[in-house]
Amino acid sequence: MAVNLKELTERPERLTGGHRLCAGCGASVVARAVMRALKPEDKAVVGVATGCLEVSTCIYPYTAWKDSFIHSAFENVGATVSGAEAAYKAMKRRGRVKDTHKFIAFGGDGGTYDIGLQSLSGAMERGHDMVYVCYDNGAYMNTGIQRSSATPKYADTTTSPAGDVIPGKPQYRKDLATILAAHHIPYVAQTAPFGNFNDLHTKAEKAIYTEGPAFLNVLAPCPRGWRYDTPKLMEITKLAMDTCFWPIFEVENGKWKLNYKPKTKLPIEEYLKLQGRFSHLFEEGNRHLIEDMQKEVDRHWEIILERCGEK
Amino acid sequence: MAIRERLSGNEAVATAMKQINPDVVAAFPITPSTEVPQYFSTYVANGEVDTEFVAVESEHSAMSACIGAAAAGARVMTATSANGMGLMWEMLYIASADKLPIVMPLINRAMSGPLNIHNDHSDAMGARDSGWIQLFSEDNQEAYDNTIMAVRIGEHKDVRLPVMVCLDGFIISHSVENIELLETEKVRNFVGEPMAPFYLLDSENPVAMGPLDLPAHYFEHKREQAQSMFNAKTVIKEVFEEFEKLSGRKYSYFEEYKLDDAEMAIVVLGSTAGTAKTVVDDLRAQGLKVGLLKLRVFRPFPAAELAEALKHLKAVAVMDKAESFSAAGGPIFMDVRSALYDLEVRPKITSYIYGLGGRDVRTTDIEKVYNELKEVAATGVVTSPYNYLGVKE
Repeated sequence: MAVNLKELTERPERLTGGHRLCAGCGASVVARAVMRALKPEDKAVVGVATGCLEVSTCIYPYTAWKDSFIHSAFENVGATVSGAEAAYKAMKRRGRVKDTHKFIAFGGDGGTYDIGLQSLSGAMERGHDMVYVCYDNGAYMNTGIQRSSATPKYADTTTSPAGDVIPGKPQYRKDLATILAAHHIPYVAQTAPFGNFNDLHTKAEKAIYTEGPAFLNVLAPCPRGWRYDTPKLMEITKLAMDTCFWPIFEVENGKWKLNYKPKTKLPIEEYLKLQGRFSHLFEEGNRHLIEDMQKEVDRHWEIILERCGEK
Repeated sequence: MAIRERLSGNEAVATAMKQINPDVVAAFPITPSTEVPQYFSTYVANGEVDTEFVAVESEHSAMSACIGAAAAGARVMTATSANGMGLMWEMLYIASADKLPIVMPLINRAMSGPLNIHNDHSDAMGARDSGWIQLFSEDNQEAYDNTIMAVRIGEHKDVRLPVMVCLDGFIISHSVENIELLETEKVRNFVGEPMAPFYLLDSENPVAMGPLDLPAHYFEHKREQAQSMFNAKTVIKEVFEEFEKLSGRKYSYFEEYKLDDAEMAIVVLGSTAGTAKTVVDDLRAQGLKVGLLKLRVFRPFPAAELAEALKHLKAVAVMDKAESFSAAGGPIFMDVRSALYDLEVRPKITSYIYGLGGRDVRTTDIEKVYNELKEVAATGVVTSPYNYLGVKE
């Protein structure tokens, strides 16, 4: 299903301007795109975990959200939104709510891969009719760029600094989408804001309008943490996909499908070299670190291809 | 006609929940409160209620789901004990700050460590500054009645605060006693329909809850929250009076037992009050002028009323089933002593920490306290202000 971006952008914004996210931040782009997938007549309850998106969009006495919004804490947006959804079921049954409401939870990678993993897993396992969107910028950006389990290996963060002895984060990143797919929920997808937003829009729409729990893992570059020039947001996102660092796929009722295959798979350094957090990898004597990263990207890409029946 | 039954404390609480038929119950098992969600899920499974029962994966998520549901506009309940409440900790403060009238039976149990599943009040006392209303129950009847009244107190427009209904683990939760239940219809009429002033599912007026609240506004919000607790004092009284008309059972902030002409008294809450009343009767028979004050409402704290009720005494002992590790007496002791400060003439006061981790409290223990009070009353001197009762030392 082709998406007419122009038509879509004419839908009223549900996350309005005036929020305080940085220029060149992927989170607001992702959030707006997801919200745009709601049918204009449907209401939504948006839950956001503590993090950049939350502290920048709802500062008392203002909110940038046109829909009802709730933030309660860092590690529990899954549980919080699941409670709102349970209330909706009960109140609808009892005739106290008439309209259709959709339930969307947003969490950064810290609030999702790490501290919020249990709450997310519980909400998905219980089968609430909700969408959980992880905007993955690969570190705890709100507190000042600390490593998370989504941080790529060798990235320089404030708690995995590139030092004289240790060259940045020692571990590979966690494969969260696969963990969510193992919950055997109706819909899991990994995507990013790229091209005409067809992929992101289609997946958000599917996630919102598939009955039951759905999970979207969305790459959301962060200019502060990744240290790139803000206009390069889209370029970096595209390179994440063309190097196969960030595979684009979906798992619909257990069936894996690859949604984007680069014409030419680019070497990982094309992605790394635009980002200050990897600059130490390009210093003399560190070539083997880039090679190690390439190996890991290749290994993971092969697994994804196999799962998606591409080989 | 009231219904005569024999129920355990947990079943009494669960029965009240069944009669209330809340919109959402989200709970996680922990001894000794486990039976509450267990009974309740049976009511759901058998169609006796049409509540959404959310079997969450932790107590943190239980309180988080309760917050989400209450914010959405639902009437919400849960139950827990000790470490379960400990895991909810940060969410307790958020529930009260968001003005969400969640009702939570707290089946009191000792906080770990070391691990202990038996009764004391270290869980409830630890949460005394969390902004929750705290009602304590002496027996199954009070636990049942408090659960029903909690809904009305918490949801009142001048209050909008969450309420803990405390009852002693095992001693009350697992003991079967005679109880008088109200007809379900009466309970439903008493609690009425939930009416949230702002809620997420209000299609016409979307709301934002839980914003980032910086120094320009946070303090005002805390002040407003504190006002809700002041208001709760009035509302609790009104709800108690209305409940009396419905049930014939009269409640107040505290119960005074043979206190009028007493010279010495103990202040206590929960099931120990029952044991202590027997001792009061026995000592009265021996001619000793002893009495008792049983606190029912711990938050808000009825400081002025308490001082008025205790002012004629020569000596008061405050019994705490929790150690606050302040090295200056138990938590109730500190509040009671502070309440007495404004009196021109104050009774002498001592602190007794007792019954930790389910240590039995015998009548002989309570007698010991009265005997020591007798000495204080006679001499006007407190030689031992901070005491541990029933500990092997």
